[in-house]
Parts: sequence; C-alpha cells; structure tokens
Amino acid sequence: MEIRPGPDRLRPGRVQLALLLSQRITALMSARTVAPVAPPDTGRRTWEPLPRRGGRSRPAWTRGRSGGAGLSLRARWGLRAASILVPLAVWTAVSMAGLVDPAFLPSPPAVLEAFGEMLGTGQLVRDTLASLGRVGAGFGLAVLISVPLGVAMGTSRVALALLEPAVGLLRYMPASAFIPLLIIWLGLGEPSKIAILVLGVVFFNTLMVADAVRRVPGELGQVAATLGARPGEVLRKVTWPYALPAIVDAARINAAAAWNFVVVAELIAAESGLGYRIVRAQRFLQTDKIFAVLIVIGIVGLLIDVALRILRDRLGRWVV
Amino acid sequence: MNLVLSGVAKDYGTTRVLDGIDLSMEPGEFVCVVGASGSGKSTLLSLIAGLSPVSAGSVSLGGVPVQGPGPERGLVFQSGALFPFLTVAQNVAFGLRLLPISRADRERRVRWYLGEVGLSSWADALPRQLSGGQRQRVAIARALACEPAVLLLDEPFGALDVQTKEDMQLFLREVWRDMGTTVLMVTHDVEEAVMLAQRVLVFSCGPGRVAAEVPIVLPAYRALAIKRTSLFLGLRATVEDLVRSHMLSPEREKV
Repeated sequence: MEIRPGPDRLRPGRVQLALLLSQRITALMSARTVAPVAPPDTGRRTWEPLPRRGGRSRPAWTRGRSGGAGLSLRARWGLRAASILVPLAVWTAVSMAGLVDPAFLPSPPAVLEAFGEMLGTGQLVRDTLASLGRVGAGFGLAVLISVPLGVAMGTSRVALALLEPAVGLLRYMPASAFIPLLIIWLGLGEPSKIAILVLGVVFFNTLMVADAVRRVPGELGQVAATLGARPGEVLRKVTWPYALPAIVDAARINAAAAWNFVVVAELIAAESGLGYRIVRAQRFLQTDKIFAVLIVIGIVGLLIDVALRILRDRLGRWVV
Repeated sequence: MNLVLSGVAKDYGTTRVLDGIDLSMEPGEFVCVVGASGSGKSTLLSLIAGLSPVSAGSVSLGGVPVQGPGPERGLVFQSGALFPFLTVAQNVAFGLRLLPISRADRERRVRWYLGEVGLSSWADALPRQLSGGQRQRVAIARALACEPAVLLLDEPFGALDVQTKEDMQLFLREVWRDMGTTVLMVTHDVEEAVMLAQRVLVFSCGPGRVAAEVPIVLPAYRALAIKRTSLFLGLRATVEDLVRSHMLSPEREKV
C-alpha cells in the first residue's frame, strides 16, 4: 500500500515519513485486532467439540445422601457407633498411655467411678433435677413470651414494624453479658438465673416463631376467609396449626441454647445444679467429676432434643 | 343471585391492572375468562372474592355490594390450597364448622359432597396422599359445601396433566349441571374455556379490559369428542385469534 502525505503536510522528511508509515501500519493492525471481519455465518459450528471431564465417575446413587440408598442399615449403625466409640477409644488410649497427667485428663474408668459415686450419693440426680427445673422455668417462660410475640410479628405488619428492630438488636446482646447486671437487679438467687435463660432464648425464639408464621401460604388464609372464617378464626384454625410443627422445631433448637445458659448461670453463683457441680469439682481439681458431669449434660441435652423431635413429628404428621 | 360488576378498576400502586370491567352474570351461568398472562384475570377473581378492594367501580351479588370475603362466593386456586393438616373430610367440613349446624347435619353434607366429587373412600386421607386431580376435587367440594351462589375458579386445572385435566373438565361440567351454581372460571387454556363455558370473555393486557365476548354455541351436553367437531374447532380458533390480537398493549408493540 502507498502512503501519501496529505496536502496539508509540508514536505515530510524521511524520519517523518517512516514515522507516519509505522503509525499507519499500527493503526491498520490494531484495527484488525479490534474489529476483525466477521466470518460469514455458514450455519456450521467452527469450534472444536467440548472437552469431556476426565477422571473416575461413579454412578450418582452411590454418592451423597440421596436416600441413603448406597448405605445399608447395618453400615449406617456401624458408622453411628464409630462416631461415639472412636473418640472414646482415643481418649482411653491417651489416658492409659500415661501421656497426660491424670489430674488433667482422667481415664474413662476413673470418670465412670466418679459418676457412680455421685450417683450413689444422690448428688447427681439432685443437680440434674435442679438444672432441669431452672430450664423448665426459664425456657417455659421464654416460650410463653416469645410465641405470642412471634405470632403477632408474623401476622401483623404493625407488630412486625414495632418489634423487629428491638428484637433484632437485643438478640445480638449475649445473655451471659447480662449476668452482672441481672445480679445487681435481682440478686444471686433463682430469679437472676431464670432471667438469664429467658434473655438467652426469648429473642431468638420470637424471630424464629415469626418466621414460621410468615411461611404459612397466604392462599390458605384467603381460602379460609372465602369459606367464612373471620381473621381470628383464620389465625386459630389455619395459621396456628400450619405453623405449629415449625414452632416446635424452633423451640427444639432454642432448648439447646437454654440448656447451655443454665450451666453458664450456675457457674456464676449457685448452690445446686450441674454447672455448680463443675465449679465445685474444679476447686478440688476433681477433673474426673467434671468429665462425668459434662457427659451427663450432653446426654440430658440430647434427650431433650429427642423428646422435642418426637413431639414435632407427632404434630407434623401431615408435613410432606 | 346476579353477579354484577360495573366500571371495576384495580390499581397496584400507580399501575392500573384492571380497567372499566363491566360484567353481569345470570344465576347458573358458566363463564370463562381467557387472556394472556398479565391481563389481570386472577386479580378480577380476587376482587369478586372480596380478598382485595376495588379501586373504582363496584361488585355486587344479588344487589348487595361485596365488601369482603364470604362463603357465598367460593374460591378455588390452581394449587388447591387444601389445609394440609386436615383430612379430606375435615377440609370439606371447614366452612360448615363455622356455622351453627348440628354435627349430624354437617357430616351428612360432607358425605354427600365427597360422593359428588367421587372421593368418599378418601375421607380420612391427608391432602399429601392425593393426586393433583383429587386435590382439586376436594377444593371444589370444600367450596361447594358452603353452598356458594358463585363459584370462582382460578386456573383450577392449570397444574394437571392433559388426561387428568380432561377428566376434570367433564367432572366440572357435571357438577355445575347438578348444582346449578354460577361459575366464573379464569384459565389460559382456550380449549378448556370453549369446552366448559357458555360464553368466553377475552381480556386484553395492560390494563386488563374485556376485549371481546364470544358466546359458545355448543350443546348443553358436551362429551370429549366434541373437541374434534368443526364447530368446536372454529370457536376455539376464533377465541385464540382474539387472545393473540389482544396480547400486546400498544405501548409494548412500539418497543
């Protein structure tokens, strides 16, 4: 191609000419790369077939939890047993090998012995009942407060706008941080412990109940209204029964929190309860007792969970 | 009781979804409303059901203005909206339980309606155990048990497979002839509308208006085979063309 200087350029020297030439070429090249001429669409694909992913490919039904079809009942129970027995075996091995001072890590037989001793004196049963009593009172009170609040928030826009900011804020204040304040307000007795439980549970449970109520399909309430139900009847006969299994499920999750808070409350100031027993045992370096109480706390918590799970399944038989 | 709508309009925020709807239904009439999605068909039913207020105009049933939901205007949703925690019989009994009638009377009615929809043997089943068609039968029985003057159906068979849908169409025609209830049904299925209705209203989009009315001049007794007759096919084509021609609003066509 020929490059002619335009009429407005006065006698370009050789350097200038070369410069101009190179600029032109660059411009042409960049023009090519920026806007290539599109190949005519012949209706045929011009690209290679897609590569396939290599590697082993197992049939889908052996993977994941899909129906558990790939896992026999026996294998499942075997794994469940292993989930308890393997940590127990490691614990036994470590403590028996004398790697750790038994004052820090008591052996399983020692823990069992401590357990038997506390059971024999009736101490363990008394402490468990004391803790359960506090959970019953505190958690019960929290449920009594949070369910009506949650139902109100889930059904009424006014209640939602009024309560959600406050509850959402209070929820993030740890209940254990209220302990000093509660001791100042309510003293060292039972009321302050129950108040900790209530504070720890009530806000979470309110929001979860509100959520359960909001998930009731609007069409159900509308149909009920066209069948003659008044708003109160829609609430009692449609919203409440539909939301109940989810509400019990929310309570189940928060019962675990309540069981945690009761132990925390008893660590501070108490004369009975499982948390108190741990503090006592610590004072005398009785780690075997601490271990025994911890295991009891875990098992009782699990039993509460299972009980509420059964209740939920009974109430929610209709759930798909 | 006559269902009369005059100058009904509905706004959602600043958008008018229904405008200038005039409709008068004789007792015992069967009318279908067809139109593209977004033509406000379902909104129309919720206005008549009293689930949301009209923005202009009025809805009245037997001369009494509609001011909220009530059992004289039964509603059936596409989903069926059965109460999942109640058995089939309890679902049908829902509206009756709200009324001061004896238990024996209530049970007799429930049995009768379950028989009418062919689900007597499913009385104690839970909704989740039913097929889609059976659920819609329960929903219809539940609405009918309250003896509504008007039965409002919002795409009741939209989620069913073709064979079940055709069974349900025959079933609905039968129930309608037995009960003599006024039926106003919204559907997007033109064939279904022609099969069922005595007249079909075609809605236009944005805002929804009654664009056309097609009387369905088919015999009162309609078997499935009627769908293959030239008269049926002609009516169906007429309605389909109307739906298509009113599908896009002038504004949208410019884009």
